[in-house]
Amino acid sequence: MNAPLNIERLLPALDHKHLDWLEEEAIFILREVVAGFERPALLFSGGKDSCVVLRLAEKAFKNRIGGDQFKGRLPFPLLHVDTGHNFPEVIEFRDRRVAEMGERLLVGHLEDSIRRGTVRLADPLESRNGHQTVALLEAIEEHRFDCLVGGARRDEEKARAKERIFSHRDGFGQWQPKEQRPELWTLFNTRIRPDEHFRAFPISNWTELDVWLYLARENIPLPGLYYAHRRQVVRRRGLLVPVSKLTPLQPGEQSETATVRFRTVGDMTCTCPVESGAANAVDIVAETLTVTVSERGATRMDDRTSDASMERRKKEGYF
Amino acid sequence: MSALLQEPIEATDEPLAPVAVEDHRALRFLTAGSVDDGKSTLIGRLLYDSRAILADQLDMLERKAGGEAVDLSLLTDGLEAEREQGITIDVAYRYFATPRRKFIIADAPGHEQYTRNMVTAAAGSDAAIVLVDITKIDWAAGTVALLPQTRRHALLAHLLRVPSIVFAVNKIDALDQPQRAFEAVHAALQAFAANAGIAVAAILPVSALRGDNITRPLHADWYRGPSLLQLLEALPTTQERVDGSLLLPVQYVAREPGDHSDGTGHQPRTLWGRIAHGRVHVGEQVELFPSGQCAQVVALRRAGGAVEAAEAGQSVGLILDRQLDVSRGDWIGTPQTLLPAQRFGATLAWLDTEPAVIGRKYVVRHGNRWVQARIVSIGHRLDIGSLQSTDAHELSVNDIGHVVVELGQPLPLEPYAINRVAGSLIVVDPASNRTSGALLVSVVR
Repeated sequence: MNAPLNIERLLPALDHKHLDWLEEEAIFILREVVAGFERPALLFSGGKDSCVVLRLAEKAFKNRIGGDQFKGRLPFPLLHVDTGHNFPEVIEFRDRRVAEMGERLLVGHLEDSIRRGTVRLADPLESRNGHQTVALLEAIEEHRFDCLVGGARRDEEKARAKERIFSHRDGFGQWQPKEQRPELWTLFNTRIRPDEHFRAFPISNWTELDVWLYLARENIPLPGLYYAHRRQVVRRRGLLVPVSKLTPLQPGEQSETATVRFRTVGDMTCTCPVESGAANAVDIVAETLTVTVSERGATRMDDRTSDASMERRKKEGYF
Repeated sequence: MSALLQEPIEATDEPLAPVAVEDHRALRFLTAGSVDDGKSTLIGRLLYDSRAILADQLDMLERKAGGEAVDLSLLTDGLEAEREQGITIDVAYRYFATPRRKFIIADAPGHEQYTRNMVTAAAGSDAAIVLVDITKIDWAAGTVALLPQTRRHALLAHLLRVPSIVFAVNKIDALDQPQRAFEAVHAALQAFAANAGIAVAAILPVSALRGDNITRPLHADWYRGPSLLQLLEALPTTQERVDGSLLLPVQYVAREPGDHSDGTGHQPRTLWGRIAHGRVHVGEQVELFPSGQCAQVVALRRAGGAVEAAEAGQSVGLILDRQLDVSRGDWIGTPQTLLPAQRFGATLAWLDTEPAVIGRKYVVRHGNRWVQARIVSIGHRLDIGSLQSTDAHELSVNDIGHVVVELGQPLPLEPYAINRVAGSLIVVDPASNRTSGALLVSVVR
């Protein structure tokens, strides 16, 4: 088995000054986006990674000289692709944060793509995670975005481990892993043709632990479902599946009330919580230090389909 | 095997310099090795022993192992296309941390397109670990003959000026007489490095398979040096010098947030950039390039706040005492220190399947500025297979050569060995927009 974990040994991580360095790098990338592109947008879902990127953007483009509040406005709009299957409390959080910050939010609705016929569902309750790509690419086309900033991290998944910080997408929004441009120093090659675009990932080099350390250090607000709460769940194939209208109990199943938190928040039909009593970001840091299951492994049904599920979705234009 | 060395190894007995207290940056290192050198196993071992691997990933490995010993190399398995072909295509980035430090591994595949991948991994790396498979060494020859790939990987890391080069002599567990073999290889590596002008940070014996001397020290009376992890915890990150003149490429020009109407209609602008070398402080006089105008710094900004000074490696926003014509791509420096050049000698690593053509116009990025450029001449090409210098009129993919480049406009260049920011450029093919080459400035004319 793995080397035994010694909590005492790992606790200095809580004091990791390397966060300053990661912050420095991320802010540099965000300014590179704004300086290098004409119509960028920042993907904001209310999820924890996008909350981190949003705070980094505030630090990059606003200031709080002479007060606690950031002054100024971000030089790009926020964009969210709403599958219609998002957790209502996350959508409520998203709208509240955007209003508090005085930023502009654009929402691409998967329902609109279904109505247009560009997305066809085989089953009304199926996961809409993969279908997001269509709505995302339609939003890019509609608003003529040339760069989308996202909160993806290389430690999440093996296809992401190979992705560039500035990732080129062709006219179909496709990621072509074999055609990636070598990324040398910070001399990013962001040259594009008119119908192409880029995805930029300022927190590529962050791990899940770095994200929680930063959330704790910066006191960044998050939707409540990231912290311990009571919820109706059903145990299914080793995962805790939340019971909802979209994910009803199946014949013969018994639900139970458990104290859980979500480690990732995505489409309701494919995101599962873990059992946890962690009530705040510091508790979660402590728990992350002892955790034995990877973030996506514990919580995402969509990545379990095959070894290459993420890679295939990314090639089609997923983020 | 010849009795090359009977003395115990001394070089690795030196105490390790502790990491500077202020050095909180992650250490970026690349791993270079050919197929079967045990590179994937080494990385898997570092991730596994530092608990960067979690139970579900381990389950996957155990399922694949089907009762046999877990194959740690599968942890670095990448894309579907790679698994199908049994090769790795591209550099992958891996992360692990110890209580002392965070690490970023740039895992460069060793065979296919090795120059291209190694250049990508080496740019910005603080260290290179070159894997040496000790079981592949031919002892029959009387003297130790290093494998071509070992020399190639070390030489590439050296040409790309990776600051610390480490040889990890792997599969030490597979030998009956590890001490004698390691000592002989150690001597051969040192002789090769001295001959090629390569400064070696360390030579360590390891067994990636068993985990010996990776995270746990090797318990052998013939080796008392550090484990690989101890060494990695102590290696310096690359820091640009903070003394001397200021140099900063302007990345982004922003309006100062908030209301600043002073009745004159003067809207302050903040000139953002990451300092390439030197320091800047409020009150300092600076010169702009290319305009040549001078101004005084009246305020400095760092992420979200005001500061009095900033230094190399930090992004800073300058507010000047007068409205000047400045845009992205310009440079800010200590007056009289920006010395523009339009012709320079450089090492060029070619990464594109379209060969480099003398006289053709490319675009290059230096700092934050794109300019036109052409290769005036190719001095010689290093044949990375035979390691010989040969005359050349073009450079093909994976070639490295010495070239003279002419720019469409002068730029404040510095040799790469002195400053990475002012001494590096990428070459882009304007027809395909592909990143075709990497230039490391050697001589500024």
